Amino acid sequence: MKDIYIIAYAQNPILADAKAANEVELIMPVVHEVFRQTGLSQKDIDFTCSGSCDYLQGAAFAFVEGLSAIQTNPPIKESHVEMDAAWALYECMLKISSGDTESALIYGFGRSSPGNLDSIISLQTDPYYLSPLWVDRISYAALQANTLLQHGTISHDEMYDAIVESMEFAKSNPNALVSNAPSKEEYVAEQKLSTPLNKFDVAPVSDGASAMIICTKDFAKNLNLDHVKINQVCHNIESSNIGTRDLSTSTSLLDLSTKLNLTNLSVDIAELHSQYSHEIVFLKKLLGLDNTSVNASGGPLSGNVMMAAGLDCIGKTYEYLKSKDVTNGLAHATSGPCLQQNMLLHMERVK
Amino acid sequence: MSEKNKSDMLRAPFKLEYDYERSTGPIIGKFFEGLSNQQILGTKNGDNVYVPAAEFDPITYEHLSEFVELPETGTVKSFTWIDQPRKHHLINKPFAFALIQIDGATSSILHMITNCNESDIEVGSRVKVSWSEEKTETIKDISHFELINE
Amino acid sequence: MSEEKKDHFISPISLDYNYTAGAATTRFLKKVSEGKIVGQKCPKCTAVYVPPRGSCPRCGVATEEEVELVDKGSVESFTIVHIPIPGNPIVPPYVCAMIRLEGANISFLHLIQEIDLKDIRIGMRVEAVWKDKSEWDTTLENIKWFKPSGGDDIDPSEYRFKGPE
Repeated sequence: MKDIYIIAYAQNPILADAKAANEVELIMPVVHEVFRQTGLSQKDIDFTCSGSCDYLQGAAFAFVEGLSAIQTNPPIKESHVEMDAAWALYECMLKISSGDTESALIYGFGRSSPGNLDSIISLQTDPYYLSPLWVDRISYAALQANTLLQHGTISHDEMYDAIVESMEFAKSNPNALVSNAPSKEEYVAEQKLSTPLNKFDVAPVSDGASAMIICTKDFAKNLNLDHVKINQVCHNIESSNIGTRDLSTSTSLLDLSTKLNLTNLSVDIAELHSQYSHEIVFLKKLLGLDNTSVNASGGPLSGNVMMAAGLDCIGKTYEYLKSKDVTNGLAHATSGPCLQQNMLLHMERVK
Repeated sequence: MSEKNKSDMLRAPFKLEYDYERSTGPIIGKFFEGLSNQQILGTKNGDNVYVPAAEFDPITYEHLSEFVELPETGTVKSFTWIDQPRKHHLINKPFAFALIQIDGATSSILHMITNCNESDIEVGSRVKVSWSEEKTETIKDISHFELINE
Repeated sequence: MSEEKKDHFISPISLDYNYTAGAATTRFLKKVSEGKIVGQKCPKCTAVYVPPRGSCPRCGVATEEEVELVDKGSVESFTIVHIPIPGNPIVPPYVCAMIRLEGANISFLHLIQEIDLKDIRIGMRVEAVWKDKSEWDTTLENIKWFKPSGGDDIDPSEYRFKGPE
């Protein structure tokens, strides 16, 4: 694969309810910001791909409206995935790898506030056996949390500690939506939504948008922005038949970490798309990240813009690698119930 | 933009409704037809038996067509208790979503358990189908599962 | 498969939303509730958008400057609807038209009434027919429909965007 570099990333402050903003008003600031960071304009970009889900805000073809935020005259090469923008990034990487383009703009946006996120997400599951039962996203996650607790893989204390750590990190992230951890007493006393999860265990409903620019090595070198390279990326998905999956582990992520040769990489920092407290604990153990700084941004528990949060994990990893004196970064994006689909990226700061 | 303008933003409630017509095909169709006759059918591939009936083996991807009939009892493999049901939930009193392995099956069915207390359920609990009175040849022909003492 | 056998089922999806208009559309609709039509002008290419979305899709920049327009324009395109659409109270046949207001660079969809269907044509000049002021709200439905206003037709080549002077 060609060497691909990330040269810009921007994220809107995450809001509980972006009242003022339609799609265009959400996307435009982040797109303008990545252009400002690079000195580029839309005309310099060969390919544009976005990630969003129209069901979130209930506006059919909202992604087409979103295009009004970027310059489409003269006409541009463009694509869209009804997924997290991490997968839009993947499409852009393929496009660059094929030799078709030198540079790509990626953006992801989501407004979960207008609708009922828990129910909407259940519509992405099997329409015969699962979605008619309206199994909400928190209950899916809870089934896996209980399985992990039952197997002794994780503990309640570790789940609480993961929340506290995330909130502590979030305090230094100006874009974070929440950064206050409950006391242990508050946490234990809080009404459970779906056992063992209460509202503190669950990433908050969030509105926002993010954008990124990636390019070939030569393109980055010309701009003197050749600092962070995407060394390797891989993704895979497990069966949508949840009753056949082993929720006590993640065969998907174990496979990906083998592909990335993760055990032989000394990962300095990692941003995990962990939308529930138990997922932080579980993923750290599964991926062997005990000695790694994990979710230093506060992670999804501090703000979780659907369809952008995976791209944000990649973007936050990029920001740390760019600004800190560390070498290896790991970014994770996920989709589907109980970590059904996963993407791992190994990113490297190039000296 | 000022804060005042933000709070003045126009909003309107609106409902998005679609009636999707789903074709069931020979495997899922037969499974649903079985449910409407209060029968639990699974598809078989060697030692593996899938309930609800799978069209393809999720591990080997082989096309499945051999059916077996199984009892209406099973074992709880995992569950989550919902004390206060939320929007769209089909049961409006405390219930659990659970992964239930029907006796003789090697996979689990995700469904609901109710008419019990949270403290009564544990992984390994035995359950039995409670059938819906009105059959629609859908997954909802199983109303829910209930705990049994054996 | 025998006829009694069911091979499908209906899967109803019903979701409730609280839709946000966004800043640009909110400003537009609030002016409409006062009987005014206010578009937004692109600072780069000077195109005027009505209804505005807050950006110029041609240039990818925000549109802040507001421009008040008249409620008169012309028919950029039209179709005569003969098919009754469930839930739509208007009785066919009726005219749906893309109305280009004077001074605007895009058109929007509205109805044309008070017209013999065979007279409708591209370039025809039309004007808004407003509901009684007491019924005005933050909706383009304040305009009941457009009707012919007389005068010379617009040459369709005028609709082509020519960019800044």
